[in-house]
Amino acid sequence: MELISIKGVNKRYKNGVTALCNVNLSIKTGDFVFVIGASGSGKSTLIKLLHREEKPDSGKIILGGINVSKLRNRKVYKLRRKLGIVFQDYKLLPKLTVFENVAFALEIFGLPKNEVRQKTIKAIELVGLKNKAKQFPNHLSGGEQQRVAIARAIVNEPKLLLCDEPTGNLDPEISLEIVKVLETINKNGTTVIMATHDKEIVDSMKKRVVVIEDGKLEGDYKEGTYKNEIA
Amino acid sequence: MKLLRMISRDFRDAVKSVFRNISLSMASLSCIVITLILVALAIITSYNINNFSKNIKNDFTIVVFLENEIDQEGISEVKTKIVENKNIEEYTFQGKQDIAKEMMESSNIYKNIMETWSEEDNPLKDTFVIKVKDIDKITKTAQDIEKISGVYSVNYGEGIIEKFLKIFKMIEKALIIVVVLFVLITMLLITNTIKLTIFARKREIEIMRLVGASNFNIELPFIFEGFILGFFGSILPVITIIYGYTYLFDNFDGQIFSPFIKLVEPTPFVYAIALIILSLGIFVGMFSSFRAVKKYLKV
Ligand SMILES: Nc1ncnc2c1ncn2[C@@H]1O[C@H](COP(=O)(O)OP(=O)(O)O)[C@@H](O)[C@H]1O
Ligand SMILES: [Mg+2]
Repeated sequence: MELISIKGVNKRYKNGVTALCNVNLSIKTGDFVFVIGASGSGKSTLIKLLHREEKPDSGKIILGGINVSKLRNRKVYKLRRKLGIVFQDYKLLPKLTVFENVAFALEIFGLPKNEVRQKTIKAIELVGLKNKAKQFPNHLSGGEQQRVAIARAIVNEPKLLLCDEPTGNLDPEISLEIVKVLETINKNGTTVIMATHDKEIVDSMKKRVVVIEDGKLEGDYKEGTYKNEIA
Repeated sequence: MKLLRMISRDFRDAVKSVFRNISLSMASLSCIVITLILVALAIITSYNINNFSKNIKNDFTIVVFLENEIDQEGISEVKTKIVENKNIEEYTFQGKQDIAKEMMESSNIYKNIMETWSEEDNPLKDTFVIKVKDIDKITKTAQDIEKISGVYSVNYGEGIIEKFLKIFKMIEKALIIVVVLFVLITMLLITNTIKLTIFARKREIEIMRLVGASNFNIELPFIFEGFILGFFGSILPVITIIYGYTYLFDNFDGQIFSPFIKLVEPTPFVYAIALIILSLGIFVGMFSSFRAVKKYLKV
């Protein structure tokens, strides 16, 4: 089943930079997709269009039945509730513990305490941080902090997990662990899109690879690798 | 149920935020307290002035003295003319015989002197006592009546009342200006407090948006914060007003300076004011935070 359909999308920023140019892309439910390309090629812009942080100038984006390109500001939250989003800089709240950071994503909707607790613990277990639940973020390593961010992104059981360079700040070994976590999440049924320029990871995973160069989609490979694409 | 949990969470957040920025909250609170006390004083003063004005208006009359030689026909001509005047609320006629009789009854000294008068000797004049509708126009009305032929003179307090009322109106206007000014300052202060809360929670708000909080979800804690500031800000003024005014009333026996100036009874007056103060405090608090949210919480 098609989860995401992107058709003829163009995005130009106010300063005149064309970040994306006539992008067409279809992603099925359950896919694991790497979006690769050099720095400044438009990966983040593509991710931002998907969670409606930015709007395309033209073209159409349909995500899980929601017409994202036409979505009003006031309705963006409806889209966000179907997504999990992970960034390079984790975006954790320093004054909350690991547990509280993850629970935060549920509590603001007024879920019952029990349900919040159960779901939060499940998500924290999934990313392998069960014994750090009471720690504060600044007592954790980068990799652990990113796991917290991932737990928060999936605690609401989204259909789609968007990751923008989630391993950008991490050592290669830790990066691989993080991607393994993402793979587990994907195996549980969540579609995962990950923007990265981390060669090793992409090559080791043998997943679908979408290549962006200067805002254009230059390649789309099943079980692709990085090496072959960018000389 | 879900909404209730959400609201109680947001409310807790708002309380925490008030205490986290306690120095700022205190500034807002003091300003609310001062403003609300001023508002209460303004309402009390202006209500009492109104009450007092009404009382003296009721007491105030134009006394029309007729010519000594006027006959029955002349009297009824004057009466027709008086009735024509649009500012007349009611009038009563007192013949000089009636007045003399009344005076004689009131004191023996009068009685001894006046008993000697014959009907022709009676130096008193026939009078009309008139109540006017609009006290502000009493001078004009009196002047008009004085022009009627057969009228000897009129007596209406020669504008003292008008001067009084003018001063009252000025006091009221000054009070309104001061109150409006203070309400505006308070609003600015609260808006600023909420603005700083918003900035302090920027990251939290960003994450809330990321994980799918609606605008309502994000805005509610700040509106609550305004509510809390307004609510707590009105407690002190409410207590001050209820006890202060009741004390004042009891202490002065319900009047100031003279029995002429009566204070409004404290019950239910102070409770009505307390309610107004409380609502105003909450309204100002919520409205100010609403402004801050609309201005600084870009969506
Ligand atoms: N908010 C923005 N305003 C203006 N230009 C931007 C903005 N975000 C990105 N760009 C520009 O758009 C291009 C694509 O950026 P981005 O999507 O962040 O690429 P990547 O994530 O692949 O590094 C770059 O040239 C970048 O400078
Ligand atoms: Mg990027």
